[in-house]
Amino acid sequence: MDFARSLALTAPEILISVSGLVLLLVAAWGGDKASRLISIGSVAVLTACAFLTAPTLWGQMMGPDVSAFGGQHRADAFAAFAKLLIYASAGVTLIVAQSFFDKAKAMRAEFPLLILFASLGMGMMVSAGDLLALYIGLELNSLASYVMASSLRTDERSAESGLKYFVLGSLASGILLFGMSLTYGFTGTTSFAGINAALSGGLSTGATFGVIFMLAGLAFKISAAPFHMWTPDVYEGAPTPVTTFFATASKVSALGLLMRVSFEAFGSQPHAWQQVVIFASLLSIVIGALGAIGQNNIKRLMAYSSINNVGFILIGLATATKAGASAMLVYIAIYVAMSVAGFVAVLLLRDENGNQVEAISDLAGLSKTRPWIALAMALVMFSLAGIPPLFGFWGKFVVFQAAVQADMIVLAAIGIAASVIGAFYYLKVVKVMYFDEPADVVKGAGETSHTVLLVLATLAISPLGYLGTKCLGTLADYAAAALFPVG
Amino acid sequence: MIGIEHYLVVSSTLFVLGVLGIFLNRKNVIIILMAIELILLSVNLNLVAFSAFLHDLVGQVFAMFVLTVAAGEAAIGLAILVIYFRGRGTIAVDDVNRMKG
Repeated sequence: MDFARSLALTAPEILISVSGLVLLLVAAWGGDKASRLISIGSVAVLTACAFLTAPTLWGQMMGPDVSAFGGQHRADAFAAFAKLLIYASAGVTLIVAQSFFDKAKAMRAEFPLLILFASLGMGMMVSAGDLLALYIGLELNSLASYVMASSLRTDERSAESGLKYFVLGSLASGILLFGMSLTYGFTGTTSFAGINAALSGGLSTGATFGVIFMLAGLAFKISAAPFHMWTPDVYEGAPTPVTTFFATASKVSALGLLMRVSFEAFGSQPHAWQQVVIFASLLSIVIGALGAIGQNNIKRLMAYSSINNVGFILIGLATATKAGASAMLVYIAIYVAMSVAGFVAVLLLRDENGNQVEAISDLAGLSKTRPWIALAMALVMFSLAGIPPLFGFWGKFVVFQAAVQADMIVLAAIGIAASVIGAFYYLKVVKVMYFDEPADVVKGAGETSHTVLLVLATLAISPLGYLGTKCLGTLADYAAAALFPVG
Repeated sequence: MIGIEHYLVVSSTLFVLGVLGIFLNRKNVIIILMAIELILLSVNLNLVAFSAFLHDLVGQVFAMFVLTVAAGEAAIGLAILVIYFRGRGTIAVDDVNRMKG
């Protein structure tokens, strides 16, 4: 528990914050011209952090004692799994953001730094071992995200999405905070382990309120129904690279935080939250599937799709077992790959003036004018719908398997039935692209970096992804085991 | 004698007022910012009351952090509001409707 060891365990966070401050000075000195340099520097920092984090996941190099600063921070395998996904998503966002904002002539030197500080907050969220660390990480992430959502000043929708995200995000933080204050008051401690021990004797009414308020606040952050209403507007209005970031890194960190709180802090009273999670899960699946029908904006469609997928991920949480947690992690990893592929494909769609094409009706006949983008998009849609042989099927399969193992056959059955409804709108996009008369709107040339990212992400969700299932499963099992105390 | 229950009743009332202020208000976004502040202050009251009740300092330290973050949050909220006003020329809640569906 000595200081040097705490510093070693928090090395990725320290590296991001120190280099973030240095790059902030570069931004102040060099102005917007330095933005490319800062982007490259940020990607390098995130890569270095990924290398610092990876050994914890693969080799248990850090040893059994992983808590730093008196239990505030936990650098265990679970945190490492989530952080690798977060750093990868943030890196992708930095790469696509540079050319997107260059084209819109709105690149600011601060933008990569916001991504960097948001990633720092996300890393703190998934590593939190105490309500205080949880809150600071969450706010660091949220405050940076509000600014990013409203960063495209030339687009009115961007400021509006930032405003909506800010109001509803602050409300969610307030609800979460109120729950945390009640939990603190009725258990007498803010550390997850302490709360778990205090609750193991029984659950008082006040503590129940605390648990429910905290779950409601976190449900806002993962955009689970009935707290999903901000998602479509924010996803549509935010600049597309920022939407990519919200759909991948923000999602991973909020889900990771939810898992940590549910299993580590409230793990001794699973019955207090299982019902709530089952309700939120089924409602998200249904609302995500029904709300997407009739949308004509591809980003809005992806927003409803993310609500739908969060519902499936919550099925894993509802089981409250180690297998369920591992299935969630597998699903989250696959979902990140699908989102990256989907949004990078959307970024490649530009009309002759270089503006983004977002209307689904403008994608008509894309298979004739841009066959490769259409193919990638079709693979993403099939994968999101969970149609085998694509990799998205595997995520759904492991989650349902965990539910069946935990004797939640009804939940699994309703989930499978609802995923059929969801398939309708995914297939509609494919139909528009492949069988409608060409609308001839998509003209612009693609960027090499985007194409490379799209190919990589599409390969990951193609049947080739199954080559990695064993490795992914082992890592997810190992990460999930870190959430459950031995015994 | 004023006990912990009294503090809880006051803070819960403030919290509910804040949430209602966000949802019932149809006039001005600034009022929403005030409602958010009210929610955070109700939480602070809770934390400090519990801290005194439990003879545990963590709650008060927590309240300090919440105060600091609330200041940052208000600054960012106002900054976004300024950008929004520049683009649209209004901050009425009913006009925040460029996106629907």
